[in-house]
Amino acid sequence: MFEPKIVCFLCKWCTYAGADLAGTSRLEYAPNGVNIRFMCSSRLDPEHILWAFQRGADGVFVGGCHPGDCHYQDGNYKTLRRMELFRRVLQQFGMNDRRLRLEWVSAAEGKRFAEVMDEFTEQIRALGPLELGSGKGGQHVSSKKKSS
Amino acid sequence: MKRIGVFVCHCGINIAATVDVEKVVKEVRRYPGVAHAEHYQYMCSDPGQKLVQEAIGKYKLDGVIVAACSPTLHEVTFRRASENAGLNPYQCEIANIREQCSWVHADREAATRKAVRIIESLVEKVKYDESLTPLSVPLTKRALVVGGGVAGIQAALDVANSGYEVLLVEKQPSIGGHMAQLSETFPTLDCSQCILTPKMVEAGQHPNIRLMTYSEVEGISGYVGNFTVKIRKKAAYVNWDKCTGCGVCTEKCPKKVPSEFNRNMGTRGAIYTMFPQAVPNYPVIDRDNCLYFAKGRCRICEKSCDLGAIDYKQKDKVLEEQVGAVIVATGYDTLPIDQLGEYGYGKLPDVIDGMAFERLLSASGPTGGEIRRPSDGQVPKEIVFVQCAGSRDPEKHLPYCSKICCMYTAKHALLYKHRVHDGQPYIFYIDVRTGGKGYEEFYHRVSEEEGVVYIRGKVSRIFQDGDRLIVWGVDTLTGKKVEIAADLVVLATGMIPSAGSQALFSTMKLAADENGFLSEAHPKLRPVESIQAGFYLAGAAQGPRDIPETVAQASGAASKAIALFSQEKLFHEPIVACVDEDLCSGCKVCISACPYDAREFDEKEGIVRVNELLCEGCGACVVSCPSGATQQKNLTDEQIREMVKASLGE
Repeated sequence: MFEPKIVCFLCKWCTYAGADLAGTSRLEYAPNGVNIRFMCSSRLDPEHILWAFQRGADGVFVGGCHPGDCHYQDGNYKTLRRMELFRRVLQQFGMNDRRLRLEWVSAAEGKRFAEVMDEFTEQIRALGPLELGSGKGGQHVSSKKKSS
Repeated sequence: MKRIGVFVCHCGINIAATVDVEKVVKEVRRYPGVAHAEHYQYMCSDPGQKLVQEAIGKYKLDGVIVAACSPTLHEVTFRRASENAGLNPYQCEIANIREQCSWVHADREAATRKAVRIIESLVEKVKYDESLTPLSVPLTKRALVVGGGVAGIQAALDVANSGYEVLLVEKQPSIGGHMAQLSETFPTLDCSQCILTPKMVEAGQHPNIRLMTYSEVEGISGYVGNFTVKIRKKAAYVNWDKCTGCGVCTEKCPKKVPSEFNRNMGTRGAIYTMFPQAVPNYPVIDRDNCLYFAKGRCRICEKSCDLGAIDYKQKDKVLEEQVGAVIVATGYDTLPIDQLGEYGYGKLPDVIDGMAFERLLSASGPTGGEIRRPSDGQVPKEIVFVQCAGSRDPEKHLPYCSKICCMYTAKHALLYKHRVHDGQPYIFYIDVRTGGKGYEEFYHRVSEEEGVVYIRGKVSRIFQDGDRLIVWGVDTLTGKKVEIAADLVVLATGMIPSAGSQALFSTMKLAADENGFLSEAHPKLRPVESIQAGFYLAGAAQGPRDIPETVAQASGAASKAIALFSQEKLFHEPIVACVDEDLCSGCKVCISACPYDAREFDEKEGIVRVNELLCEGCGACVVSCPSGATQQKNLTDEQIREMVKASLGE
């Protein structure tokens, strides 16, 4: 069976803590995602998502605080706006934007984190592998910034 | 290249039962950059920590990864242990293989593979981690309190009593605020001035408080612990150093103008003190109404002053002061009744607001405490109180509940009955809200024992008919229209942010909500702080509230400032944004992305800099930067790219 590779960018205050709660509650879910901890979801550059797809990710998950709960006032709103714009870019690349998922998961929603992970893994499994990551994928995605 | 050590914890069987720790060690040992890897049963135990510390010396490690529980639990533990072994604490990272791996996956092989990926992505992070030290700056242990109402007075006294200096700035000639205008306070019926004036005097005489009345904050720059404030001391045209406050000049002044303090009932001179117990008790000349300033003649006050304190040539003074914290207590005003068309636009003399009724009730008010209506001085025998005048009216006026009006209206009706025994008060209300200690009991006393008639419904129109006012309303409990011929109508007008506060908030770069009240850093957990570091909020500037709440919040705000001042230096997490000055084009996009005002444009260099003490490290600006000039320390784009790569096993 195809096992999707998923990169998860989680904000430290809400979704990362929600993922921890899923752990302390011993809720089992699909092991396909690896979490990268950010201070705030607004640290996420759409470019990071491109890198993930470029390097073999089949799906990218972004988790932030619920609207109004951002530790930094309105970082999640910035993320929301950037994601909506970036979806259009993905579509223009000919990519299915369902490979990118943004969810607000609070520190109290361990159960939801587990459910969303399962659901997203199944969704990506159904979409099949994204063939950008076969090592030849680099040229499909260009980079905005000079890599320093 | 860095030499990185990886330490995998079994956590008893919490990790080891699902994750094959031996296999993890074997795999990560092969990963580029990893100089040493081992596993141990309880890494957080003393022997476990010692093991990490010894390995740092033995293998000359310059980066450490502890693969264990969530960083929220033991990041501090292992960073401290690393530091004690001579490693910079920011070279130690935690790989969360318990909460986010072993506890949530059942398949041993998959969990082991995932644990390796998690660790390897952190190896990539540590490779690029900089050695950081917490930022520290000295601070000025002196507070600025803006607003001299009961909130500002309380906050100033608390800070001053803790041994720190306070600058208390008030725009009026005297401190005291609205509380000084009130007659008696609900529900205990304490005389407002009797409980307030001792505090005013204490603030005025406190060795640690410098009172600056008739002054306004014009500008503020700097950051937490180190603000520079510009304060304009308005010309009083009286030399307060010479004046003794004898009051002869105010009596002799031939010009009479309506007294604002008395809600334009009664008069004051063009030279005046706000009220007899004013602190400081010195007069000011109201230039707009003074005959000398208008026509160049009069000078009666000058002649009446034996001390030569009158100084027509006095000018505004602008002072610059250094402070470390700012407590904002700019208070409220009430909704002007000339905005309420259905109640006569303020043109009916006997339709007054609650604050005016307070002055009628006050022993020091224009009628000496006798309830006499403004138009002809008659004692009103029938009086209508209208609650929610402007409040809870999202279509036309204020959408919110002003919180205090139910209680003060009940108090007004009670005090009226106490003075005019044969009088009949009616109260129109939407709901009666009595959340507060002793409030519900007080309301019952008024509504049941004192013969006050409560009518549930709104008033649609008030108009003059001869010497009486006709009040049209509806009783929504019976569904019938109500008409009352009243001698006086008192509108319980809602609270709004004080006049001029919006301009002041924008000068201070403080966020306000949609109604103009100050926004707190967190509505539940940080209610007395602003999101801007070093600014604290007290009283009705933040939203409608009563006196006990205001005083409690003022003490809360003061204690935040005191906690700040108790530190010798301010320390700040160094995970902040930084700017590559060669790449920055000065486009200023980052300035708008920063919620903390931590970005400053350097006019001379044409670049934007980061005030590291204000930066909270969210990283939003990094993403907004179109040239890649901005990075977040220890979470650079380069690190993220490599972490992503490693997490995918690439």
